[in-house]
Amino acid sequence: MGDRCVLAGAWNLRSLERRLAEFERELARIAADPACGWDLRRVEVIDHAGAMLLWRAWGRKRVARLELKPEQAQLFERMLPAPPALPPARGFDPFFLPVFIGGKVLRVYDHLAHMLLVLGQSVIELAGLVRHPRGIPWRELSANVYRTGAQALGITALVGFLIGVVLSYLSAQQLKLFGADAFIVNILGVSVVRELGPVLAAILIAGRSGSAITASLGVMRVTQELDAMAVMGISQSLRLTLPKMLALAISMPLVVLWTDAVALLGGMVAARLELGIGYHHFLSNLPDAVPIANLWLGLGKGAVFGVMIALVACHFGLRIEPNTESLGIGTTNSVVTAITVVILVDAVFAIMFKDIGIS
Amino acid sequence: MTAHNHIIEIRGLWTQFGDFVVHRDIDLNVRCGEILSLVGGSGSGKTTMLRQMLGLETPTRGEVRVFGTSLHGSDAAALRHLRNRWGVLFQEGALFSALSVYDNLALPLRELRTVSEEMIHDLVMVKLEMVGIEPRHATKMPADLSGGMIKRIALARALALEPELIFLDEPTAGLDPDRSESFVKLIQELHRELNLTVVMVTHDLDTLVALSDRVAVLCDQKVEIIGTLDEVVANTHPFICNFFMGERGRRALEAVRAVKAIMAMT
Repeated sequence: MGDRCVLAGAWNLRSLERRLAEFERELARIAADPACGWDLRRVEVIDHAGAMLLWRAWGRKRVARLELKPEQAQLFERMLPAPPALPPARGFDPFFLPVFIGGKVLRVYDHLAHMLLVLGQSVIELAGLVRHPRGIPWRELSANVYRTGAQALGITALVGFLIGVVLSYLSAQQLKLFGADAFIVNILGVSVVRELGPVLAAILIAGRSGSAITASLGVMRVTQELDAMAVMGISQSLRLTLPKMLALAISMPLVVLWTDAVALLGGMVAARLELGIGYHHFLSNLPDAVPIANLWLGLGKGAVFGVMIALVACHFGLRIEPNTESLGIGTTNSVVTAITVVILVDAVFAIMFKDIGIS
Repeated sequence: MTAHNHIIEIRGLWTQFGDFVVHRDIDLNVRCGEILSLVGGSGSGKTTMLRQMLGLETPTRGEVRVFGTSLHGSDAAALRHLRNRWGVLFQEGALFSALSVYDNLALPLRELRTVSEEMIHDLVMVKLEMVGIEPRHATKMPADLSGGMIKRIALARALALEPELIFLDEPTAGLDPDRSESFVKLIQELHRELNLTVVMVTHDLDTLVALSDRVAVLCDQKVEIIGTLDEVVANTHPFICNFFMGERGRRALEAVRAVKAIMAMT
């Protein structure tokens, strides 16, 4: 007769938790002797974790001399001789690189095609609205203008003002060197009105409203609201995408105008402090220094940026799958893409209109 | 020692959302090892009651004690220990959508930080087998699974830490009758095998009749009656009459009585 190992007390996860590794070693040492008998009748409670601990020590089989209570026997019946392996992860694929790159290219194509689809549907809806103006979704439109425009005034003012101050201070340092103080008006005017105002506003709106649009459409997908709209025959493009695009096309130029004004104000304050240029002088020279074409160009850019931001945001929002991870990825992609698109479109504008507004 | 017989003790519980009173001075005990069902009409505060027992809501007044520990006012370590002793099956499963089935089950075990990865693997596989999920589904994501599988996997996750107490929120809602039936059997088996205490919220009469040791009826902001099914059915409160003595209720009760009669004969 070999030795007998008598177990007692609580063999559940809660009691074993802290000293699991220690027990594992000790049991393995005892189980190394195959002739050893095991007596579990004095064990008060045992659960899967406790049973598994013993089972593994025994080498995943019942030991020959085992004494159990009947309810414990049931527990050990669940234990498997060999743990089923997980389905194997995919191994090395020699075509990984071409497949990866090809997949990316196809994805870009897929995104562009879907974006075009969203845009096209909205244009068709728009054409329909021109013929039947009674169907214009006024409520959605005004709600979106309020959210993307009116509620963005604070943040755009703050950022615009600070950028105006920074730009003015830095330019003033350089201009002082050449004694060309008066040109601060030209520098600030052209750069803010033509370039910085629209781009700053667009980036802020892309971060603020673009992400909100994507997330709200994504949540509507998760909660099946989009499906509910579809089965009721309510057009998604008419109620969701078109109002957002139109609203941003309306509110963006207004936000741009506001950002321009506040940035110039900031620049003006800094110019007076740094160069001693009075407000009256600054304002009266502004129209001569900045041809009016720059303002129209800036506002036009604002409208185009607005439509692009809404388009990108709606595109990503509608493609979100019903799970939380997809929602996060979609929102991030939406904002990153919207900002990239804004800067890309801005470059195109810069090349197209290089002869206009700069004398 | 009442603490040993009563796994959950609720004393003078009030829940209020603004002016809206959900629970008015409720006392309720859950005994060790029983299956208690909470029933009540829509909006009667069943789910809120469950959330109170889980510490997800804060009582306006009164106290909820689980395993003799107060859910509010105990220190963080005691509460963490307590939370490892219960498992919850949420109505929609609440599997982590970013993790695979395997990782969903492994997560609570990994959080203990004392269980080796090999042991986790073995335990996860035992749990999956227990709820009847084949190993080939283990690497799938929750979004790729059917509602019935999500329920069973969520149950397996609720059982991952070998809890003594489990909460089931509408365990059979959204399952077809066949699946409900097998889910009920599964819960019965586990209850017997693991000596669990079960607190369940349900609307489904068949589940209620098949599983409950005791039934608590929530109505008009209080627990109208708590007792065995027969005691509850004998009550004459209009809600209870409608609930159990309606067409559907009678059918379910008759079915279970017939089964009991047959079992008594054999």
